[in-house]
Amino acid sequence: MSFHKNHWLLFSVIFFGYIALSWIAAIGPAIWVQDHTRALPGSAPMTPVERRGLQVYIAEGCIACHTQQVRPLKMDAVWGRPSAPGDYAHLKPLDIWQPYAPAVLGSERTGPDLTSIGTRQPSETWQYLHLYNPRAVSPDSVMPAFPWLFEVVANAPADAVVVPVPPAYAPSAGTVVASDKARALVAYLLSLKQVPLRASGANNAAAGTPVPPENATAGAEGATLYSNHCASCHQANGRGLAGVFPSLANNPVVVADDPAPHIATVLHGAQGRTIEGMTYPAAMPAFADQLTDAQIAAIVDHERSSWGNQAPKVTAKDVAAVRKGEAK
Amino acid sequence: MAEPSPILSADRPLVVGKARVESVGERDTAWTRLIFVYLACATSWLIVGTLIGVYLSIKFTAPDVDHVPWLSFGRLRPVHTNTVFWGWTSLAMIALVLYVVPKTSQRRLYSFPLAWISLALINLAVVIGGLCLMGGINNGGQEYREYIWPVMAIFASGVVLTAYNLIRTIADRGVEEIYISNWYIMGGFLWTSVLVTIAYLPFYQQNGISETVIQGYYMHNAVGMWFTPIVLGLTYYFLPKLLNKPIYSYSLGVLAFWTQMVFYTMIGGHHFVFAPTPWWLQTVAIIFSVGMIVTLAAGTGNFLLTMKGSGRTIARSYSLPFILAGVIGYFLWSAQGTLEALRSLNLVWHFTNYTVAHSHLTMYGFVVFLIWGGIYGLLPRMTGREPSHLLAGVHFWFALLGYFIYTFALMVGGTLQGVSWILNAPFIESVRLMAPFWLWRAVGGAMMFLSHLIFAYNLWRMRPLRLERTMPVAQMGALA
Ligand code: HEC
Ligand code: HEC
Ligand code: HEM
Ligand code: HEM
Repeated sequence: MSFHKNHWLLFSVIFFGYIALSWIAAIGPAIWVQDHTRALPGSAPMTPVERRGLQVYIAEGCIACHTQQVRPLKMDAVWGRPSAPGDYAHLKPLDIWQPYAPAVLGSERTGPDLTSIGTRQPSETWQYLHLYNPRAVSPDSVMPAFPWLFEVVANAPADAVVVPVPPAYAPSAGTVVASDKARALVAYLLSLKQVPLRASGANNAAAGTPVPPENATAGAEGATLYSNHCASCHQANGRGLAGVFPSLANNPVVVADDPAPHIATVLHGAQGRTIEGMTYPAAMPAFADQLTDAQIAAIVDHERSSWGNQAPKVTAKDVAAVRKGEAK
Repeated sequence: MAEPSPILSADRPLVVGKARVESVGERDTAWTRLIFVYLACATSWLIVGTLIGVYLSIKFTAPDVDHVPWLSFGRLRPVHTNTVFWGWTSLAMIALVLYVVPKTSQRRLYSFPLAWISLALINLAVVIGGLCLMGGINNGGQEYREYIWPVMAIFASGVVLTAYNLIRTIADRGVEEIYISNWYIMGGFLWTSVLVTIAYLPFYQQNGISETVIQGYYMHNAVGMWFTPIVLGLTYYFLPKLLNKPIYSYSLGVLAFWTQMVFYTMIGGHHFVFAPTPWWLQTVAIIFSVGMIVTLAAGTGNFLLTMKGSGRTIARSYSLPFILAGVIGYFLWSAQGTLEALRSLNLVWHFTNYTVAHSHLTMYGFVVFLIWGGIYGLLPRMTGREPSHLLAGVHFWFALLGYFIYTFALMVGGTLQGVSWILNAPFIESVRLMAPFWLWRAVGGAMMFLSHLIFAYNLWRMRPLRLERTMPVAQMGALA
């Protein structure tokens, strides 16, 4: 009897040996993980609309470029706290053709991690516009445009979600409105928010701040912070997008001597103002929960001293004062 | 196969003269036709799959080239990977396997109809699978298992039928020993049958992380337990045959075989280093990734020592350079994978385009080159018809230079991406800085694609002619 001469012996060892090894390396751990994963307290199961959105996310292959997985590394802190197994407990098989949890963790980060995109970019208008054509808001983006998730109509019905597309990207005639698929997809994206882990150990993010304040590097650079949090709407050159997001260059609120309104806008967001004779359909999100006083001071300073703006410096203390003063 | 003749070299002023193949066509025309049709189908998938690859790489430079849903990047990318995996690489491998297994077992293939059915099934799976993916129907986005289960079942039945066909052939072999090639080849078929079953059974992948555990295992086992063992097995046949001398060490081959089975199965977790999968699973995967050096050294050392002293034969052959490049690629690019698995380096390279470079270095620079070496080594001896030596050389150099440009651009760019993230630069910087590297990738990719067109033409030149050939019995031995 030898492997060289007895093919049944050889093939059996190959076959059953591999099954045994696969139990150790894959099936066993998978069963263990499946049985020991609990949804995080405070997390909600997906709503039917969000599930439909996830289906679009999978069908369009967004996972080819986007991860949803924050590693316990300093370089990943910009995306949120480190991911835990419980974060994925609500992911369930979508239908009979894909009877497995969808693979959202991803393996390539050509585009940003989307673990907490719902916190980072809560503006629906921005999301729609970005999906309609990413270049409209992010000129250097390589993300595909998804115009087939939208319809072009002559007269938008009252309940339609109208997307304010800048002229350069708009269809020659008609109004762009979001289809059901786009609405579901955006609902899914906005639902992507990290739930705080309960206070325990080093990975404590009990404060619920997706950007841990100890992330010192991100705290230092106003330009970087601006680029990460504001440039998607107000653009790198500060000029915004005509009719969609206001310009901050030479903007009265930004260059005013008193920084309080500027700081308050960043802390609490804004909607429906008339800015230099224009009103804007989109809302400005609030950043009070996401950014520390020092970070907001750095951003505000950056805005007050860029694109030709020249206004006095602000400090973290100024931000703290506004935060206190207005949070009654 | 006969030794390349030192006398009958093609007389070409510009390039090194390549030795002509002396032996004549295979007498078993049914066999020749079967293998040629397999190769023709495979090559069609190569052209389709890499045309899509080139198109994808253009999309990184011109994301708005089209706004057609079916051609959108996210949908087309898995069409590229699955077409080159299951259409091109798998069919081409099976074509060569259908030659090597009967040859080393010294009997005819057990069943020709079964082989034709397998071919039809696999082609069908790739067609339906590709259409589904473009239509937005996929298996939850799980990389390399994007085909939904009914489609993968078609593919898997092709694999299982072929495995059965091969087992019956080997079981009735005309020699006592099972040649080492057949260990690797049957390993590939049996492991893959198990692998696909495990990957597609739903019970233990019902929530996020359990699915991830299976995904990691599946991803590297698909490349490590299917493509890798089978092309290695083929090389254990073609290399000694083309050099006309025995393999350096049979036992090194056996050692590499068993370590391949044990180590490679365990390394899947390295795809999710730092992920919330069990930490011990990642550590085990990293340790075995380092252990893979043993397998690599045993395999590559064995091949290189076999080639030692045959430099002239290699230079004068048009198939052996492919094999030499593939063998060196096997060592270098797998060793690169070991480095990528180490936590300190993984944090720089993971998620970046460096991984894409590794994928192409291994799948292309190792697997595909060995397949081409096998095809150029085999077909002329089966059909008695040779490709133009010059064009075979052009194919080699375009493919080699093309994939060097492609992957070096992405290795440099991918490293810069990782560094920019470590430095906490705004994310969009890592997109901007890739622009020139993505352009170079498209250039390298276009060269690779051009070489595939040349290869397709060469394959056509090697096609069997309808004429029934008769040959002196004395020469038949040359083929055995
Ligand atoms: C070719 C790769 C690619 C694909 C496919 C892709 N994206 Fe992106 N995505 C990017 C890149 C690059 C960026 C960063 C530049 C930008 O904002 O457009 C990005 C940015 C984003 C952002 C903004 C993230 C942030 O932090 O500002 C969202 C949201 C997003 N993508 C969603 C999607 C969705 C949903 C899909 C699928 C329908 C998708 N992406 C498909 C590459 C891709
Ligand atoms: C989702 C897009 C979006 C993002 C992201 C965004 N803004 Fe805004 N911002 C707006 C819109 C829309 C307005 C106009 C609000 C209104 O109509 O009242 C605005 C208004 C402002 C204003 C007030 C201008 C005025 O004249 O009243 C300031 C200051 C400002 N944003 C700063 C910032 C800063 C700083 C950040 C980053 C921390 C930021 N914005 C991020 C969309 C955005
Ligand atoms: C010693 C052997 C090898 C080791 C240790 C190894 C290691 C790795 C690691 C660590 C990754 C993950 C990189 C990351 O995501 O950061 C990877 C990816 C990959 N490897 Fe290997 N590799 C080896 C050999 C091979 C071979 C021989 C092939 C092809 C036949 C291959 C094909 C791939 C592919 C296709 C991927 C990309 C997977 C994805 O889509 O994310 N590797 N390898
Ligand atoms: C003309 C030649 C080719 C070109 C231009 C090309 C191009 C591409 C592109 C653009 C991607 C997407 C990368 C990304 O998502 O960032 C890709 C992925 C991939 N290709 Fe190719 N390709 C070619 C040939 C091949 C061949 C022959 C194979 C295998 C035999 C192959 C295997 C893969 C794999 C495994 C991936 C996934 C990479 C990963 O996830 O890490 N490619 N290719």
